[in-house]
Amino acid sequence: MAAAASMMPIFGHQISSKNDLVPDWNREEVSTGTTIMAVEYDGGVVIGADSRTTTGAYIANRVTDKLTRIHDRIYCCRSVLVPLQEDSRVLVQFGFYVELDEPPLVETAANLFRASCYRYREELMAGILVAGWDRRKGGQVYCVPIGGMLVRQPVAVGGSGSTYVYGFMDSNYKPGLNKDQCLELTASALSLAMERDGSSGGVIRLASISEDGVERRVILGDQLPRFSTH
Amino acid sequence: MEKHYTDSKVKGVSTGTTILAAIFDGGVVIGSDSRASIGGEYVSSKTINKVIQVHDRIFCCMAGSLADAQAVIKSAKSHLSFHSVQMESPPLVIAAASILKELCYKNKDELQAGFLTAGWDGKKGPQVYVVSLGGMLISQQVTIGGSGSTYIYGYVDAKYKPNMTREECLQFATNALALAMGRDNVSGGVAHLVVITEKGVEHVVVPGDKLPRFNDE
Repeated sequence: MAAAASMMPIFGHQISSKNDLVPDWNREEVSTGTTIMAVEYDGGVVIGADSRTTTGAYIANRVTDKLTRIHDRIYCCRSVLVPLQEDSRVLVQFGFYVELDEPPLVETAANLFRASCYRYREELMAGILVAGWDRRKGGQVYCVPIGGMLVRQPVAVGGSGSTYVYGFMDSNYKPGLNKDQCLELTASALSLAMERDGSSGGVIRLASISEDGVERRVILGDQLPRFSTH
Repeated sequence: MEKHYTDSKVKGVSTGTTILAAIFDGGVVIGSDSRASIGGEYVSSKTINKVIQVHDRIFCCMAGSLADAQAVIKSAKSHLSFHSVQMESPPLVIAAASILKELCYKNKDELQAGFLTAGWDGKKGPQVYVVSLGGMLISQQVTIGGSGSTYIYGYVDAKYKPNMTREECLQFATNALALAMGRDNVSGGVAHLVVITEKGVEHVVVPGDKLPRFNDE
């Protein structure tokens, strides 16, 4: 979404809107540059995201909730380059399951997202993480990257800030972590990404989903994990 | 002129590489991967050494256009040895970094090259300097560069501690390079590391099969 250069009058002179003096937040679109992460553990999943939404250089919302509830035990988070209007469709399709009084499978939710992302892969660009718990396969994390592929992974990161924490994630994730270790790993990785990525920041929102339900928590700015800085 | 250098503009001429330098207690480690690729599709060399010696205890790693970087380093080496003869003493690390900076800044319109300079001198001990693409010079404790560096920012932020021992720092550098090589398709091969201390210079090469493995799925 390239902003067309236009002229703005400032102090009687015409000045290009690409000049540093002209604020960009009145012509940039809302973007959810972000960092999102999900980890499976034995018995459930942990899903987390930062909380910053930007319009150009202006932070439109610094406490966004990017964890979207799809169903009782299925959550998703999105990193969006072009807005996705299909969410409401996905949620309506889930109404169908609720009527049959049968909890949906996480894989089904992920597949519905994948179908939308793949069908409209030319127009929209979104990376989605779907995480949840169901009776059949326990805790699962599904990754639907740009283009519309679907793959299940024990741990997945996404969004603009994710590139900075691939190394950290590769070195710190081991199979067989418990819920608290997963929460700590997610909080640390999100905190590191938020420190390096300009489009990610604010607070860390976490949700842990298991058979017993969903537990949500927020880690505020002054409680973020700190690392020895240099 | 656009306010930001967009990622794609810089990546277009970025050497597919991962370079890093880190200070430990008593010295500095500088290292890189060893892959040279053409367009991200063909690996033209698996064992290229990207750590260049510019003086006895001063080494450089290059980022950006390889051709520009080689030309700048060649010129800098001759300036530095002349300077060292004039001063009748080994050059300071900041002298080497400043020479690179002058070349990069004065010719910023034609060049696309950045450098990591690491070394030891008698005045300030171990130092690491970064000369960025436009010719800014800053001193840092630890720094990473190249296309593979984006993947290890989190790891370096989390794991680097000031005043590590030589072994800890070597392990940290090897791990960081291995993680970057694992995610970046234009970084790979062996890890070339150089340890510079008051006593001298040591080259450490970690071949591909000896690199640390992290949950390779």
